[in-house]
Amino acid sequence: MLDASEEGYVTEDGRKIGGVLMEMKNITLRFGGVKAITDISFDIREGEIRAIIGPNGAGKSSMLNVISGFYVPQEGEVWYKGKKRPPMKPYQVAQLGIARTFQNIALFEGMTVLDNVMTGRLNYMKTNLLQQAFWKGSAEKEETANREVVEKVIDFLEIQSIRKTPVARLPYGLKKRVELARALAAEPSLLLLDEPMAGMNVEEKEDMSRFILDVNDEFGTTIALIEHDMGVVMDLSDRVVVMDYGKKIGDGTPSEIRSNQAVIDAYLGVAHD
Amino acid sequence: MPDQLVFAMEVFLNGLMAGVLYALVALGFVLIYKASGIFNYAQGVMALFAALTLVGIMEGQVPFSHLINAVFGTDVHHFGWHMPALVSILLTMAVMVFLAWAVNKLIFNHLVNQEPIILFMATIGLAYFMEGFGDIMWGADIKKLDVGLPQGINIPIDETTYGWFGYGFFIDNLDIVATVIAAILVVALVIFSQYTKQGRAMRAVADDHQAALSVGISLNFIWVMVWSLAGFVALVAGIMWGTKSGVQFSLSLIALKALPVLMLGGFTSIPGAIVGGLIIGVGEKLFEFSVGPLIGGATENWFAYVLALIFLVFRPQGLFGEKIIERV
Repeated sequence: MLDASEEGYVTEDGRKIGGVLMEMKNITLRFGGVKAITDISFDIREGEIRAIIGPNGAGKSSMLNVISGFYVPQEGEVWYKGKKRPPMKPYQVAQLGIARTFQNIALFEGMTVLDNVMTGRLNYMKTNLLQQAFWKGSAEKEETANREVVEKVIDFLEIQSIRKTPVARLPYGLKKRVELARALAAEPSLLLLDEPMAGMNVEEKEDMSRFILDVNDEFGTTIALIEHDMGVVMDLSDRVVVMDYGKKIGDGTPSEIRSNQAVIDAYLGVAHD
Repeated sequence: MPDQLVFAMEVFLNGLMAGVLYALVALGFVLIYKASGIFNYAQGVMALFAALTLVGIMEGQVPFSHLINAVFGTDVHHFGWHMPALVSILLTMAVMVFLAWAVNKLIFNHLVNQEPIILFMATIGLAYFMEGFGDIMWGADIKKLDVGLPQGINIPIDETTYGWFGYGFFIDNLDIVATVIAAILVVALVIFSQYTKQGRAMRAVADDHQAALSVGISLNFIWVMVWSLAGFVALVAGIMWGTKSGVQFSLSLIALKALPVLMLGGFTSIPGAIVGGLIIGVGEKLFEFSVGPLIGGATENWFAYVLALIFLVFRPQGLFGEKIIERV
């Protein structure tokens, strides 16, 4: 097992990872009588790329929904920035600086790319209604500052050419990128990506991988991602949690996971008893 | 100039003014539909309820007096005050905000993720509940509403047109005021939805709930805000209609005239509600003036719906509605 001490650790490629940002303690989630997640604990550290993998139906998405507040677990605690997080609504979690994308893409289809990305800045708008309506003083400054962040993100993800295009007209791969841009515009402390490569072709997958690495590298953003494509995950992430049938069956660096017998069994489909 | 043309011009102008009043009701529908996808059948009743409450507060009427008297054997009807119009309007607005909160808390919070038809049925229930509730609260008699808006024939217009055509146009001052207020209301709403944080959040919620949550928008806050805005628009419409024809329960039926207005203007466009209202207003007045006498009149009852039907066939999203883009 990798030495994940309080102060952090050094990754396989030599990057320094900080202390614990988020910790899940003994999370159990049920839907009626069905257990989606059973007693799972793991942590996410500042600056790392953390992956949650597992076959279909393993409970990965449920776990991401617990982190982002869409589901409230029946048992267990969520700790964030050293404090226990009380049960929260998804919008409150977002206001804490946790941004996310969705497996099935949730964008504002009627708005342009620019407007979509701008919504990521809503929590940074502090001036009051009248100032905004009359476009006076601090409201104007605030808007300019927000626009700067947004333009930087748009440049970074190379979507300048479609800034004014309504999102509904974009192909799938670009929509995924716009969704990432909106999440990034919020300058999150923790970025959650729900199957960022799902449904993409090889070239789009490579682009997305590059963006994820660049985001982590450039902004130092902590990223937790879910993916069922093992190959992609192993190349991207610093540490991996493996889930199967709602239980945690492995946790460690990609090389540790590769040699973990339980993980190999789960992916190759050994009969469960 | 031939008389008929002069008359037609007067009819046209009066049609515009009538259209403004239709548009005011339609505006309330658009606001709620845009933000929550709910077609609020109760919008007309909200206007009635707002007008009833306003009159009640102004005249110092004791709410539920009939019920109180029946239960306790008392004989109270009035507090014995006359509230100034402006104070009463502000208090009525507070009641409408409370109503918005209660509607969301008691009804729509329990119907999250339900089919649009379920939500629509809920608003029908709400409409009839509010009609009965308003009756119990304020009584069913026709009330006079006077918040000090000018009424009666506009003399300068009458004199000017008399000077031009030898025939003075009859334009009601109240209609002119309604037009000015509607114009201000629309400009304010457009600025609000385009340039403020809350307006952006409102458009975001209208578009996708999940995405809105993920960028930190509280759906509940936005819905209460939108219903409050719709309550405000209902209050304005209630004041105009109430001043014009008295506060009476048939007021809730004007909501139905807003339907063809919405089909024309599009359910999602604020300017569309206004233009739609004007077209319907002018259309039905001119039609009644020109064709009405030939076929026995009373065309105003159906003309708007037929016009809307024709529009629906050729442009289902309305004049200004968002074009439905779908990748196949």
